[in-house]
Amino acid sequence: MTPSEAVYQGIKDAGIDFIVSVPCANLKELIPMVDSDPDIIHVPVTREEEGVGVCAGAYMGGKRPAMLMQNSGLGNSINALASLDILYGIPLLMIMSHRGVEGEPIVAQVPMGQLTAPLLETLDIPYFLPESKQDATDMIVTAMDDAFSKKTPVAVLLPIIFWRQA
Amino acid sequence: MKRMDAISEIAEKATASNALLVGNIGIPCKELHQTCDIPNNFYMLGSMGLASSIGLGLALSLPERKVMAIDGDGSVLMNMGSLATIAWQAPDNYLLVIIDNGAYGSTGNQPTATSQGADLARVAEGAGNLKVYDTDTKEGLRKILQETDNGIIIVRTLPGNAGVPNIKMSPEEIIKRFMAEASRPSSSV
Repeated sequence: MTPSEAVYQGIKDAGIDFIVSVPCANLKELIPMVDSDPDIIHVPVTREEEGVGVCAGAYMGGKRPAMLMQNSGLGNSINALASLDILYGIPLLMIMSHRGVEGEPIVAQVPMGQLTAPLLETLDIPYFLPESKQDATDMIVTAMDDAFSKKTPVAVLLPIIFWRQA
Repeated sequence: MKRMDAISEIAEKATASNALLVGNIGIPCKELHQTCDIPNNFYMLGSMGLASSIGLGLALSLPERKVMAIDGDGSVLMNMGSLATIAWQAPDNYLLVIIDNGAYGSTGNQPTATSQGADLARVAEGAGNLKVYDTDTKEGLRKILQETDNGIIIVRTLPGNAGVPNIKMSPEEIIKRFMAEASRPSSSV
């Protein structure tokens, strides 16, 4: 099983049926898997903030939504996470490729890489840090359950070394 | 035409077709609440720019239900990518009405770019939307609302706000009432 297949398995086990996505190089295998799944409505969006809005509508329409994104997009989403999801108690799972950490070749990724966890903590958004592929599958299920039981956004951070596993 | 007049027309259409209706942040939401406060309304209190996105998520999740959203020129300018996403998905149960009054009405009527020539109908068309309507009269709006349940309407109104009270409902009350309505089977006329 590849890292992408492990994440996809978590998505299926968590009953996620609505996904918005903004690409990251680390999501290049996962996004087509989601797109070709007939049981998942996949909406490619132009910006993560927009995705928070689309997912909020999907939740109110009875879906279990998640967003595939790069951590840089957290910066694009903060007002929406606070004044839409947190304000109304709307669950959302953010499955985030965490760039700007160990192994990062692009210097511009580093600032948001370092800010991602502190920003989530400031927002009081719970986050999970899977290491193994099995962790990722399991934690996506737990994170989605938490998002719905606590009615809050939740994040799963998948760093560069996660995607490089055999 | 004033914005309040446009909102009345939109609310009348939503009520008649039992559509879910997303109200845009700020005074437009209060005007909707004052005109027609029903469980079909979702009052968006924050997240400026996302009314059209919330409406899209609802429409895609509830394909049997009619969904409408009221947006504004300032808000659309803040989330223009949404027009391209809507064009890509093109749900046939989604009608987006953009009230363009050329001003950030809720913050003191500062001019928006549409007051200087930005044309949201052409932007919507350029983003790939096939059904885009444009009007600046109440009669024109009513006629368009009668003939379509999907697409994007740009309705140009005068700037200015109606003297309407704040919405007393809490965010929890708004979403609870709205989701109870959204989860009911559609019984459109």
